Amino acid sequence: MADITLQVNGSERKLSVSPNTPLLWVLRDNLELTGTKFGCGAGLCGACTVHVDGAPLRSCSTPVSQVNGKNIVTIEGLGANGLHALQQAWIAEDVPQCGYCQSGQIMTAAALLARTPRPSDDDITQAMTGNICRCGTYDRIRRAIHRAAGGGQ
Amino acid sequence: MSPISRRDFLATGVAAGAGLVVGFYLPHKNGERSGAFSPNAYLTITPDDQVTVVVARSEMGQGVRTALPMILAEELEADWKKISVEQAGASTLFGDQTTGGSASVRTTWDPMRKAGAAAREMLISAAALEWGVGRGSCKAENGFVTHAASNRRLSYGQLCGRAANLPVPTDIPLKQKDYKLVGTRMPRIDTPAKVNGQAQYGIDFRVPGMKYAVIARCPIIGGKVSSFDDAETKKSSGVSYVGKLGDSSVAVVADTTWNALEGRRVLSVTWDEGPDKDLTSAAIVSGLKQAAGNKAAILYSTGDVGKAHGRKISAEYQLPFMAHAPLEPGNSVAHFQGARCEIWSPTQVPQDVRDSAAQALGLDSDQVKVNITLLGGGFGRRLEHDYAVEAALLSKAIGAPVKVQWTREDDMRNSTYRPASYHQLSAALDSAGWPVAFSHRIVAPSINGQKGAQLDGGVDPDLKDEAALVYSFPNAQLDYVVTETPVPLGWMRSVYALQAAFASESFIDELAAAAGKDPLEYRLRLLAKDDDIKYFDATWRTARMRGVLQLAADKAGWDKPLPSGQFHGLACFGCFSTYAANVVEISMENNRPRVHRVVTAVDCGQVINPNILEQQIHSAVIYGLTNALRAQITIDKGRVVQGNFDDYEPIRINEAPNIEGYYVQNSEPPSGIGEPPVPPLAPAIGNAIYSATKKRVRALPFA
Repeated sequence: MADITLQVNGSERKLSVSPNTPLLWVLRDNLELTGTKFGCGAGLCGACTVHVDGAPLRSCSTPVSQVNGKNIVTIEGLGANGLHALQQAWIAEDVPQCGYCQSGQIMTAAALLARTPRPSDDDITQAMTGNICRCGTYDRIRRAIHRAAGGGQ
Repeated sequence: MSPISRRDFLATGVAAGAGLVVGFYLPHKNGERSGAFSPNAYLTITPDDQVTVVVARSEMGQGVRTALPMILAEELEADWKKISVEQAGASTLFGDQTTGGSASVRTTWDPMRKAGAAAREMLISAAALEWGVGRGSCKAENGFVTHAASNRRLSYGQLCGRAANLPVPTDIPLKQKDYKLVGTRMPRIDTPAKVNGQAQYGIDFRVPGMKYAVIARCPIIGGKVSSFDDAETKKSSGVSYVGKLGDSSVAVVADTTWNALEGRRVLSVTWDEGPDKDLTSAAIVSGLKQAAGNKAAILYSTGDVGKAHGRKISAEYQLPFMAHAPLEPGNSVAHFQGARCEIWSPTQVPQDVRDSAAQALGLDSDQVKVNITLLGGGFGRRLEHDYAVEAALLSKAIGAPVKVQWTREDDMRNSTYRPASYHQLSAALDSAGWPVAFSHRIVAPSINGQKGAQLDGGVDPDLKDEAALVYSFPNAQLDYVVTETPVPLGWMRSVYALQAAFASESFIDELAAAAGKDPLEYRLRLLAKDDDIKYFDATWRTARMRGVLQLAADKAGWDKPLPSGQFHGLACFGCFSTYAANVVEISMENNRPRVHRVVTAVDCGQVINPNILEQQIHSAVIYGLTNALRAQITIDKGRVVQGNFDDYEPIRINEAPNIEGYYVQNSEPPSGIGEPPVPPLAPAIGNAIYSATKKRVRALPFA
């Protein structure tokens, strides 16, 4: 067991868990933040994407000890004051179908927009290829990212 | 109001083909709320003007929580902004609650409309009584009943108390046109909760005191637990229980999911490998080929293929097992409490979950309550009850509520799979190259047969929805040879239509090529005559198939040249009463097809919501593209080889083509849309590969 301190969505959270526990399960089971999803457990699908110190990270494959003391943002905390522009765009484009992958899609897209505010189609493809959607919402994801970036849609 | 007086209200049998029989209708439980008006199980109106619509199908992305309320609200003349949705659990009020077979809209179209219309008439009557005017002078509109002559109006909330005491009318004429909601592009009701992490799937559910479990399942098909050593597991952090679950599994229970996984990692199980430990995919394919000579059940026959003379052409096709791989791995929460058990499950079959869990627990069905959560994808995988029954049994074993969690590998290797199949096709062409005879033999194991159904005439009943041959051939025969396999089988999106369409729509292209004719022209000629083709209980119309084929071809610009290195392919197919055609544009990169554009046209009768229709077309194309290019489950040493999204990789955004979806505007009754665009995709790609390479690929996957 290890004592861990995390800054999650702006709040300090202290807990004692096995240090190799993936951040995903700490968020979901210990902190009851279930918006971050389990899809593959192997960093292949992106459903578990969160931000650690602003960078997108696969929480299913990250031992919690590696992020001790760091700033973590999950889908629940993305829009600190209301909905993030991407969440608004996701609603405007009616992106989700089953919706299960969408937290990870939005977190990945948010990291993209943070470093590339007006991404090209190629930028979007490159950033979003790690996130699988079995319902095939890719076209609307692309449109929503352009919309959030102020692409005039 | 007396519940009994409402019995049998709208007790209508619908859609016999889909097996749904709506039973008796009792007022919904919300009817007990003070002043609420709840004329049937589908709806409650409260004095605050809120209209709650109960959806008795599972939301797995296909939009039922929006589409079904739209159907009811249309007849109710409700204010859409006042509609909220409640998910029904397993119930006796709604008939068969299975969500599958692209059936939710087509089987609820009439009951939902009748439920809305009856309530509307009662609200109008209540207003007429209130004002002392004739019913005929009152009108329901947008959540109000109005009386134009006196310029008065009352809201549904104001009227609901009085309406609740009125008799429920029957035989109300339903709208046939001039819809206000139906056919409009409405935003989905469930979207806001799906962008902020609030939407609750099965995996997100918890109850106080709940334990977390994972299960070690025998990796060999048909194998069992011989013995297990749990010494290390019991030392593992947080583990509270280790025990056999059934013959082929060992469950590990802990205080968190990760601790359960860690406990399983150090568990040592010795497996009794069973009779199929040497099974391989090669042996399965060879068994299918051998079985092709067995007695076949006739699915469809016209004329006499044996007597037709002409240039003979024949070909063989084959398809592998495939896994559904919905993104939310299997899970269920169960809380067994002696004489009752409550289950929370992302399921497409709540009633089967209820009955199967009851049987496993030794309870009566009415002692098991099943709640349906949101489903993180379904695609047919959640037509099985496996996870829920595991959770129920385990909760009983440990005496506490428990969530059973599957991993991706658990699902990939212990799923139920789309049946592998083998196809023999032959045709005779006349001197002009037109087919005078067409035969297709499907050789495949039976999903329903494996699950214990008696096959009427040797025919898997799913083939009746999914294999129609919609062309006017003078002589044709479609038949089926049933085989057996130990590999667990399941219904995967479009079920047998994928196999049937890949074989027959590729072969039609072979015939067109042999005749030296354009594939579109060739098909249109075979659809030129307005024919009604009877196939089991369905009637397929060549005119509707011609319509979607022509629409897709026109929108795709079939007759226009493509840039150098790009090639067209097309295919059309019908299943679940819907007609679909796909035109694809591909290029070849390192001998593999790269799909750049897919144009899909469908005729699914009256469209409820074009927004959701477009989503379903996109979804079917992306799903079908994975099936066509990569999806393949192989068996070696009795084990499923694939495990995760590295060796069973779905299409990602970097491979997603431009997709355009179109539909034929008509007012035929609505039919399915979740599955029908899938089957004609793989053959369209194969036909484009032929166009590019002059080589015919007769097996999936392509890449």
